[in-house]
Amino acid sequence: MRPLPSLALMLFILCGVTLPGCKKKDSAASSDEIVVGEFASLTGATASFGQSTHKGVLMAVDEVNASGGVLGKKLRLVTEDDQSKAGEAATVVRRMISREKPVAIIGEVASSRSLEAAPICQQNKIPMISPASTNPKVTETGDYIFRVCFIDPFQGSVLAKFMLQRGLKKAAILTDVKQDYAVGLTDFFKDYFTKNGGTIVSEQSYSSGDKDFKAQLTSIRTTGPEAILVAGYYNEAGLIAGQAKELEINVPLLGGDGWDSPSLVEVAGDAMEGNFFSNHFSAEDKSPAVQNFLTKFKAKYLESPDAMAALGYDATMLLVDALKQAGTTDSAALRDAIASTSGFPAVTGNITLDAKRNATKSAVILQIQNGKFRFVETVAP
Amino acid sequence: MDWANFTQQLINGLSLGAIYALIALGYTMVYGVLRFINFAHGDVFMIGAFAGLYLHRWLKPFFQWMPAFLSALVVLLLAMAFCAALGILIEKLAYKPLRQRSRLTVLITAIGVSLLLSYGAQLLFGAAPKGFADLIKNETHDLPGELSITTEQIVVLVVTLLLLVSLRFIVQKTRMGLAMRALSNNPTAASLMGVNTDAVISFTFGLGSALAAAAGIFFAMLYQAIDPFMGILPGIKAFVAAVLGGIGNIAGAALGGVLIGLLETLVVGYSQNIGIPPGFRDAVAFVILILILMFKPAGLLGKSEREKV
Repeated sequence: MRPLPSLALMLFILCGVTLPGCKKKDSAASSDEIVVGEFASLTGATASFGQSTHKGVLMAVDEVNASGGVLGKKLRLVTEDDQSKAGEAATVVRRMISREKPVAIIGEVASSRSLEAAPICQQNKIPMISPASTNPKVTETGDYIFRVCFIDPFQGSVLAKFMLQRGLKKAAILTDVKQDYAVGLTDFFKDYFTKNGGTIVSEQSYSSGDKDFKAQLTSIRTTGPEAILVAGYYNEAGLIAGQAKELEINVPLLGGDGWDSPSLVEVAGDAMEGNFFSNHFSAEDKSPAVQNFLTKFKAKYLESPDAMAALGYDATMLLVDALKQAGTTDSAALRDAIASTSGFPAVTGNITLDAKRNATKSAVILQIQNGKFRFVETVAP
Repeated sequence: MDWANFTQQLINGLSLGAIYALIALGYTMVYGVLRFINFAHGDVFMIGAFAGLYLHRWLKPFFQWMPAFLSALVVLLLAMAFCAALGILIEKLAYKPLRQRSRLTVLITAIGVSLLLSYGAQLLFGAAPKGFADLIKNETHDLPGELSITTEQIVVLVVTLLLLVSLRFIVQKTRMGLAMRALSNNPTAASLMGVNTDAVISFTFGLGSALAAAAGIFFAMLYQAIDPFMGILPGIKAFVAAVLGGIGNIAGAALGGVLIGLLETLVVGYSQNIGIPPGFRDAVAFVILILILMFKPAGLLGKSEREKV
């Protein structure tokens, strides 16, 4: 039997390669620092979300540490990459909890991946703050799960109201059925839109990672919609816009905050012009909080922040505020402190967490003009 | 039934099918001479797309005085040449040393090569999808009856057809093609007759990889975004296409590719009428694979061979 020894050798080499990575960090919970966990999609399909939130979180942590830390200790940020993959979020969060013992965890943008991690955080009684998951189910997981953004019943109604106000009464919908966020947004949009005089002429779907949408768009074209809701993330939205143009579908496309990424226009180019999406904040907002954040962010990263970066920053700052309120890193006390957050001044608007641990905030509608996201209007809840 | 809609779906499906066909040819030719499935083929397809993107970027200064179609042709040919060299290199380094081993060993090596290529590409190009360059000016042309076709779709269909015709010429009319067919028929007899087996195998890998590169560039042209893992699904679907047409059969691979592209598009386009959610688009190919293995394992155009004992 020749293959056997070589197989054993291969396994041996494999272990040799992977084991150093598993080596235990010696200062897992040393007493002069507070460990804050973060899981984000730093690579993969929605890499832009993870990269942006990470920049926001990192900026907040650096700022806090520069001004002497919190509770007399420095913050130590531990970041894990879930590669935008289903299943990976649960794995990395479990690993992070058992190895690094964070006092709280910040993540994710995509609702599906927040939903994977939430039960684990709840079980371990570690507060989790999602910067940008808008699906209501995320915080319904349990009393340790929070978010600093609005939820999709609101976002769906904002988009529906916006369309109806512009006299667009016949809408087609294209939904990413693999994402809880997209499915939820579609449901809430449909609910508001049809109850207020709109009709849905066509409902199509796709899966994250698809590249070809011509079949769905051709079907949509025959039904003659006045606008198309593309409920999904920026990658596919960009491709959909390009292919819609090729099929000569000249109606506006609308999307939710999942469109927020510089890649949106990079992939689609001109085809994205004139389309709208709802978002958490606009970089054109003249309020001192936003402008101050913009200046600091540009100085640090030499680029403009998107909403995900602002929300990552807000989530971290809210956590730091709660740590100060609680005066301890004890998980129950910290949870209570986060839950009682009220009127916290954040970049994306004041945050008051309600009984369901959601933030009630206004949304903005942005339009793509000359490759830039221009502010159109603010919709209060 | 709405014929305009149906015909439009056919046009969309045909251009997707053409891409599957080009990839499937590589699987089927390698299977023809070596009797193994080169699972790294989908990743050569991905490398082809990236080669196209970077060649276009680097050669931009030279393209200014060239008409767009000529520069696109240069990019296409160079990317094909690059992938042909890559295919030959992969064969020499990874598969040739294992030629006397069991087929399973080579198969597993192929999966290893596939992972090496895709994760190597992720390391090199980053994980975020990249927008593909506009090689040709893309316009939408109106056809009678509310139909439309884009310049890119026309180019993909025409060039694919040209590539298929030239492949048929190479296989049927040249000495190298004759040697390929001889090797596929009986490797031992062929080598006894003085066929240089190594050269023929290298040539086959080169040819298949060049076609995959063309498919990669077409895919990137049509769907605008490329990433290091773009080769996995089209690769597997093209493999199903090769099996559908009869693995080892060149005309069969082309036919299988077109059929899979068409079926996939029609299932998605008519998902509401037939009650299959569009999310199942990737399942179409695999359902076909199961059906073909159950009812006609030799494929549509393949001859059933008795396994020699």
